[in-house]
Amino acid sequence: MSTATEVLEYSVEKVREDFPILKREINGYPLVYFDNAATSQTPQQVIDVIADYYSNYNANIHRGVHALSQEATDKYEHARHTIQKHFNAEKAHEIIFTSGTTHGINLVANGFASLLKKGDEIIVSALEHHSNIVPWQILAEKTGAILKVIPMNQEGELIYPAFEELLSEKTKLVFLNHVSNALGTVNPIEKIITKAHEYDAAVLVDGAQAAPHIKADVQALDVDFYVVSAHKMCGPTGVGMLYGKEKWLNKLPPYQGGGEMIATVTFEETTYADLPHKFEAGTPNICGGIAFGAALDYMNTVGFDKIAAYEEELLHYATKKLLEIDGMEIYGVSKEKTAVISFNINGMHPYDIGTILDKLGIAVRTGHHCAQPIMDFYKIPGTVRASFSFYNTKEEIDAFIKAVIKAKTMLA
Amino acid sequence: MSKSIQQIQEEIIDEFSMFDDWMQRYEYMIELGKSLPLIDEKYKIEENLIKGCQSKVWVHAELNGEKLEFTADSDAIITKGIVAILIRAFSGHHPSDILEADTQFIDEIGLKEHLSPTRANGLVSMIKQLKMYAIAYQTQLK
Repeated sequence: MSTATEVLEYSVEKVREDFPILKREINGYPLVYFDNAATSQTPQQVIDVIADYYSNYNANIHRGVHALSQEATDKYEHARHTIQKHFNAEKAHEIIFTSGTTHGINLVANGFASLLKKGDEIIVSALEHHSNIVPWQILAEKTGAILKVIPMNQEGELIYPAFEELLSEKTKLVFLNHVSNALGTVNPIEKIITKAHEYDAAVLVDGAQAAPHIKADVQALDVDFYVVSAHKMCGPTGVGMLYGKEKWLNKLPPYQGGGEMIATVTFEETTYADLPHKFEAGTPNICGGIAFGAALDYMNTVGFDKIAAYEEELLHYATKKLLEIDGMEIYGVSKEKTAVISFNINGMHPYDIGTILDKLGIAVRTGHHCAQPIMDFYKIPGTVRASFSFYNTKEEIDAFIKAVIKAKTMLA
Repeated sequence: MSKSIQQIQEEIIDEFSMFDDWMQRYEYMIELGKSLPLIDEKYKIEENLIKGCQSKVWVHAELNGEKLEFTADSDAIITKGIVAILIRAFSGHHPSDILEADTQFIDEIGLKEHLSPTRANGLVSMIKQLKMYAIAYQTQLK
């Protein structure tokens, strides 16, 4: 928690000026964008970097002899260093550019297919996004490994003692998210990583929902793999990062074959390039990678401490206001959570509430949030999810509360 | 002589033209969704279910003489309201008339967004399903 003075130093009005989209109107109302957990908005500073790339130095990287190619390569590799520094990876080549979190998870899952044998066990958490369930199911099917699930409680938290019971010498891999996308729960990944390592199991953490709010230090966490998407942290879509410890990345086979990832090719044999290029086949999202670096620079300039303190204030304010509404049910009430509120009212369908909110200019997510096991746990078809970012305001929350009450009245 | 699909659609357009804004239109749809018993519980089964991701829709078809009759339902009330409007227009007609009919009237009453293929509420699939039934029963009638 930060002190009140620190929060005072933070000027949301000033930050909002950086985001041109926030000036939009939707259905005649000022846009209230509370779907940040799905994708964040993009500041002008990042938009400028994207425009600059295509206006001034668009070229393919790593193989050009010419100046533009050199310039693009330098900027792309500079972005890799920015990402390395942000997540405090020991080496730059432990940062693999991906197309996003899903790509990163699939890359690791695919690699582990050659390392697992029948009867090995892999542990997943009950709080996962489908993208962190399905690749492992495919892996289990392929290898004969057994998938086990860390259960959750009514508050939307993982039951840690149950995790300890699942661990054994057979456990080879544990994967879970840092923050649940459907509920906002922050998982105790430090404890889980330490415990898993006692059994020599590797741990993959899906940081997609955490990265916009929490600055993860991969060395301090001692995590084996950490994956994120740029578009949830003020960057563009279609680009992300896989951090992997060097020793693990060296063990995993390449995911895709193609240009860029080879050292030598003959028809008899191909030897693969060194890290990180082994995992970066083909022409990457060059502009996206550079813009990802710019997005991290932007967020660090705003300051993650300030972001966290301000978002917590928004979360508390909105939670308090929502709970004043009769029939309100909030899912995920962990003490450790990010600025996400998943809710339903009196059995009203989330789709109905979301539709009316949209008519009033308010963007929320409705549905199962690609986390059907969580919805099954609560025996609901889905929820309305409002997720806040550091550029949202209390005035927007007031408009949102008014709209929720309006929807409730219309649907009652 | 019963009304044609075209006539019913015009009636619906007329009714909606009385509303001044979206809120009145939606309130009306919500009323429709709440008031109509749209389907017999025994037909709310897996085989009649259209999974729309966001909301579920059930459709049941039955041939009555030469007329094809639909009943349907949804778990979301706004979707159900639109289901009610679609059923009102399409149910109780000859399969070949159903096949010829379109859903332009939904655009005209300001509900176009609900029939967007990306909306994932099951309505687009529902209309496809109505047409599939019409094709099947048209063959049977021949």
